[in-house]
Amino acid sequence: MPEPYPELQPVLQRHGYRPDGLIEVLNRAQELHGHLSPPLLRHIARQLKLPLSRVQGTASFYHLFRFQPPARHCCLVCTGTACHVLGAAALLAALEHEPLQERGIELGSVRCIGTCSGAPLVVVDGQVWNHQSAAGVLDGLRSLDP
Amino acid sequence: MSVCTLRIDNRDVAIAAGASVLEAARAAGAAIPTLCHLDGLSPVAACRLCLVELEGSDKLQAACVTAVADGMQVRTDSPRLREIRRSVIELLFTEGNHVCAICVANGHCELQDLAVTVGMDHSRLPYRFPDRHVDLSHPLFGLDHNRCILCSRCVRVCDEVEGAHVWDIGWRGEHCRIIAGLDEPWEAVNACTHCGKCVEVCPTGALFHKADTSEEKQGHPERLQALVHARNHQQWQP
Amino acid sequence: MSGACLRICTAASCRSRGAETLRQRCSALLESANSASATQGVAGRDVTVKGVGCLGPCSEGPLLAVDAAAGGSRLFSLGTNGQAGSAAVIEAAIKAVAADLHTAVADGDGSAVAQWSPPHSRELPADDPFLALQLRRVLAQCGRIDPAEIADALAAGAYRQLQAVLQRNDPAGVIELVRRSGLRGRGGAGYPTGLKWATVAAMPGGEKVVVCNADEGDPGAFMDRTVLEGDPHTLLEGMAIAAHAVGADRGFIYVRAEYPLAIERLRIAIAQAEQHGWLGTAIAGSDFSFHVELRVGAGAYVCGEETALIHSIEGRRGVPRPRPPYPAQRGVFGLPTLINNVETFANIPALLRLGPEAYAPGTKVFSLTGQVRRSGVLEVPMGTPLRTIVETMGGGAPAGRRIKAVQTGGPSGGCVPASALDTPVDYESLQALGTIMGSGGMVVLDDTTNMVDIAAFFMAFSREESCGKCIPCRSGTVQLEMLLRKLLSRQASELDLAQLERLCPVVSEASLCGLGQSAPRPVLSTLRHFRGDYLALLEPTPAAPPQEQNP
Repeated sequence: MPEPYPELQPVLQRHGYRPDGLIEVLNRAQELHGHLSPPLLRHIARQLKLPLSRVQGTASFYHLFRFQPPARHCCLVCTGTACHVLGAAALLAALEHEPLQERGIELGSVRCIGTCSGAPLVVVDGQVWNHQSAAGVLDGLRSLDP
Repeated sequence: MSVCTLRIDNRDVAIAAGASVLEAARAAGAAIPTLCHLDGLSPVAACRLCLVELEGSDKLQAACVTAVADGMQVRTDSPRLREIRRSVIELLFTEGNHVCAICVANGHCELQDLAVTVGMDHSRLPYRFPDRHVDLSHPLFGLDHNRCILCSRCVRVCDEVEGAHVWDIGWRGEHCRIIAGLDEPWEAVNACTHCGKCVEVCPTGALFHKADTSEEKQGHPERLQALVHARNHQQWQP
Repeated sequence: MSGACLRICTAASCRSRGAETLRQRCSALLESANSASATQGVAGRDVTVKGVGCLGPCSEGPLLAVDAAAGGSRLFSLGTNGQAGSAAVIEAAIKAVAADLHTAVADGDGSAVAQWSPPHSRELPADDPFLALQLRRVLAQCGRIDPAEIADALAAGAYRQLQAVLQRNDPAGVIELVRRSGLRGRGGAGYPTGLKWATVAAMPGGEKVVVCNADEGDPGAFMDRTVLEGDPHTLLEGMAIAAHAVGADRGFIYVRAEYPLAIERLRIAIAQAEQHGWLGTAIAGSDFSFHVELRVGAGAYVCGEETALIHSIEGRRGVPRPRPPYPAQRGVFGLPTLINNVETFANIPALLRLGPEAYAPGTKVFSLTGQVRRSGVLEVPMGTPLRTIVETMGGGAPAGRRIKAVQTGGPSGGCVPASALDTPVDYESLQALGTIMGSGGMVVLDDTTNMVDIAAFFMAFSREESCGKCIPCRSGTVQLEMLLRKLLSRQASELDLAQLERLCPVVSEASLCGLGQSAPRPVLSTLRHFRGDYLALLEPTPAAPPQEQNP
């Protein structure tokens, strides 16, 4: 039987199949697969010779690791300090009332991406949109591919 | 072996260098409350009940992980420490769902005993009534997350003594919970040897024998300690 | 001599305003003009465009500097100044700038570009306080060099201090210089850097590790991002000098995943430094070797705490552990480990170049944001009054508002009231006010701000980022936030306020690590300076007895 997940071999090799490479391997695995599925986590645990609960315990500790497939689009409202004092909470609340999920857009928040001069800002599919209002974000989201 | 002399609550204590303040205090008869600590397992200083005051330092130190030093002056009881200990117990009670009257560990529960010790007859903070689950998938044992205080004794005994590492702590902060395998039902984790050590060291009614009903669960940390002692000293006959 | 260089800031903030597209357009345009002029035998190839790191006042971005080869440099803001820059608006502005540049280049001569002003731009004069009052040492080359081209950095003097250090080969002497300079950790705690280095150097054993903490997590702080994106070689040089001083041959840079551009620039910089022999084996012909690995976080603020950082580098949950043993004794993989943050390492080359006496008291990089007219990154002499930073350089609160407070130190810090704006910014003065210097995030709050809301904001942050290991932080932050929310919804009584004041010291004294120990500070600081905001939220009716529940 061929080894599953051959695309993970380079990162596993780079870390010598040592347990300390776990987070790097998880980062790469999620980059390639969008999320960390149980078979993927089992494979990583076996390769790094780690107990399953140690892999799960570590992965679940970090906010950016996810266990469900991502939606087609992702809209993150920055809730850092500068964005907060310029209205991020209201912006997030307004967007939470929109049926974004139906349109394949996942709404989330991020605690500061360090470009506070554009506050309040959102990050849509990796792109930063500065000085946003709820209407502006919704307008922009409409132009995304369905 | 060199010996350290220190003063604990105005009593002089002599103890082997390398010992912890907790060991020294217990040798001197000072009662320091503990919860995550268990002789035989590595210390983690998580429950903060064993905090003590050290002369010359404003910062409180956890007795379980602080090594004794010559001339050290330790205070194990003060209004400040009493306030912290009571608050810690309140925080533990309010974050879970601890209903003593219907608990398997009622009467044999370390958390309950400590509530009495620190004089917590009510909580000054509101109860949070979290929505938690019970895992009854294992044929012999159960895990009631409502009663779990995240002391991590089960994680440590399974890893350090049994070598199975069935358990770990998953997630983060207020969402932390004990997980088996890939956050699966206990029974689904092949690594479990059904040894029951996690149940024996659990200070509350979170881990229990399925056959137990209320008030019937007894912890057995002494079994772990006998095993660890035998291993460390190669003395297998009692 | 004719000619010109266009420096376009392509760091994250200007990039979000279309600066990278602008750079690509300008580069392409000049390339085609150059090849055309080459065939026609006309001058024009003496105009260059480069993407550089942060030029400072991010709120005015995108920023573009025009250097005349004959000398002199002019800085232009192409910014929409607070307007929501939709893709179409940005695209139109870029087109206009590129078209105008095309005309200037078509004149065929670099001197035309040296005189050129982009359309719809505003020149920021050199005596603008935001620029003139800075003392750029850590950021000396940031905004000048192309961070993706080591040749550019080398031409500006990168790795010269490392080379000198290796030639002298006197590690103890270097540590002594750092000690004499009085440099203190720029990550927040302010521990004397020289002492830290000396401790690691004194540890027995051949294997040691140097770690750069680039997990800049305080919301509203982006000083380290600026260094990483704008001049990564200064950091690498500082780390290599530190490694040589303490006897380490292995280094890690732990950078947060939220900084994709910084990660990319670091990867490029490490690879180029290895190619040029400034990292790796037998550096600059000496017997000193230093291998640097990049470790990318995965979203955990607590990993900025050094014992949590160590666990994360080892591939574990980023949970702090009690100290001692300190990282200097037992760090990454159990080895003696030196951990400093980005800005601390980036200070080292300047410190050695100037010498400890001329260097002292050093500078501090701040990121200025919030309800302030001009925001961005600035580096000023240590001890600069807060008022100079927020009012003179930042322009104060927006029109019609007044500054109420300045928040420093992020979730571990507190708020300085407007009445104390003349405080010099140094470690001790801020501590005396109940806040901390922190890593350098400075958020201006105007008179529309409710300070209880700010306290609740930071408590929510600490609650979310608590690792969950120790109960005072895991559960105490939840209870503290509940009390603050109760106040904000005007449901709280004086007893709740008393409860808040009782629980804060418990959480700060009993928590295991710095996160929990400092989590109550935003509450305590706002209670101290803005108690009126709390009292105004108390219900007017007599207090009801507290809810008592039996376990």
